[in-house]
Amino acid sequence: MNPDPTPAVAASSPPAARAAVEVRNASVIYETADTPVQALSDIDLRINEGEFVSLIGPSGCGKTTLLRVIADLEHISSGTVLVNGVSPHDARLARAYGYVFQAPALFPWRTVLGNVMLPLQIQGMDAAQNRAVAIEHLERVGLKGFEGKYPWQLSGGMQQRVSIARALAFEPKILMMDEPFGALDEITRDRLNEQLQQLWQRERRTVVFVTHSIAEAVYLSTKIVVMSPRPGRIVKVIDSPLPDERHLALRDTQAFMDVAHEVREALADGHHD
Amino acid sequence: MATTTKRIERSWLGQVWHNGLPVAVVVLALLVVWYAAACAMNASAVIERVLTPSGNPWTWQDLAAATWSMERPVLPAPHQIALDFWSSLVDWPLDSPRNLLFHVAVTGETTLVGFVLGTLLGLLLAIAIVHSRTLDRALLPWIVASQTVPVLAIAPIVLVILGSLGMEGLAPKAVIAMYLSFFPVTVAMVQGLRSPQVIETEMMHTYAATAWQSLWLLRLPAALPFLFPALRVGIAASLVGAMVAELPTGAAAGLGARLLTGSYYGNTLAIWSALVMSSLLGLLLTAVVGLTERLALRHRHT
Repeated sequence: MNPDPTPAVAASSPPAARAAVEVRNASVIYETADTPVQALSDIDLRINEGEFVSLIGPSGCGKTTLLRVIADLEHISSGTVLVNGVSPHDARLARAYGYVFQAPALFPWRTVLGNVMLPLQIQGMDAAQNRAVAIEHLERVGLKGFEGKYPWQLSGGMQQRVSIARALAFEPKILMMDEPFGALDEITRDRLNEQLQQLWQRERRTVVFVTHSIAEAVYLSTKIVVMSPRPGRIVKVIDSPLPDERHLALRDTQAFMDVAHEVREALADGHHD
Repeated sequence: MATTTKRIERSWLGQVWHNGLPVAVVVLALLVVWYAAACAMNASAVIERVLTPSGNPWTWQDLAAATWSMERPVLPAPHQIALDFWSSLVDWPLDSPRNLLFHVAVTGETTLVGFVLGTLLGLLLAIAIVHSRTLDRALLPWIVASQTVPVLAIAPIVLVILGSLGMEGLAPKAVIAMYLSFFPVTVAMVQGLRSPQVIETEMMHTYAATAWQSLWLLRLPAALPFLFPALRVGIAASLVGAMVAELPTGAAAGLGARLLTGSYYGNTLAIWSALVMSSLLGLLLTAVVGLTERLALRHRHT
């Protein structure tokens, strides 16, 4: 369609930073009974490998839709989306990403260990090996010793940690999270944010994170994508000046508050349009 | 230590007293009504055939005693049924048609074979319906319609047709039992296989799971809580089907056949004993399914 932006983007990006996700001119239109609804309009976004990118915006801005498009849970009406250089469909079949939903969605008939083993089992790997891998991942999210428990025996925060371990079970290059801590209380949420940040620091996996909390987005991200509704679009992309290594105390510093302020301004701008 | 044990013991006894008392009262009331009814319903026959021909004056006690000990009463008294039931179990060898356990074995076999076939058919139909919109529209109306045809009308036809194909004995009866038991399983499993939430289906989608993997790892386990109540209904229906299937052929064996011969010869005691036995068989079968359910779902927490 429009061949110009592609070489420009390719030329301007340093060779070291490879794109994990590339979205070009992407639109999503829902056909409804009266008028078509434009859920996403002309989205352009590049996420490099190893980045922690947050999509933030008010309800209806299309942040979840954008994540779902990248995850091949929804289809674009026009434009291009590439995940690891291939279409979202092929990337999904190649198990390029792990997806964490708003709810833990653990199977109640499986133990914690059984739930983490599920994606490995689907991949058709050896059972004994699955077990070892799943145990290791549970350890990484701090749930060692809970392998034999059933989901209902765990708190909401622990359940969501199990679902993160499950998403990471087959070591996907990209981790996608759709408001994973939205249903949790603030204290639990803070702790999980800190753990997720540490996890990212250790493994430097690409993370695409949807949230409606400014503090969460600023604390976690290296890049914040501010979105706005009607039609769903990107109003600003903020590269975070904060250091990669972070602690909860960072949130009381001036630098943190400056970024938070910038996000808030961008959100307000999007609303005035 | 000793006091704790004692308290537990007392509370256990209390439990029995607490739960058993209402049941006992109802049973007692039923027995009283039953004996009174037996007396009233058998009275005219007893007066006509026993008390009046004897020529002696008779009292109410004579009437009661006579109505509760007839050989072929309109309504037998409970102790008569109990005695007949017991004597059929202990006075005859297991392979004798006079022994009720002989008939239990015949009917039980048909019931179980029909139940297993019906459950398999129900599962297959449900899986087909859930995976294909065309089959959903094509099959479901017929499945529902099949249950509006009375089994008593279907049974002779099935027996004649299968008989002409050379199927005799167990097979045609099991088919009729299956005809009754597949339906609850189909309906419940269609609902159960569709019970996973969108988020769970999408999760399987992100794992690039195949349709079979989704069925085996998500849909079937999610449907289990729907399956077991249907199995309880299904096995009871299968028992009804097995007994009904024994009627049109005038089958020589089985609880249904026993009911039929009992009514041919006006042997009411035999009818009642067979009735008691078939309800015991039904209770046993549903209890086995219930136990399996508790075992299979012991880790589920709702």
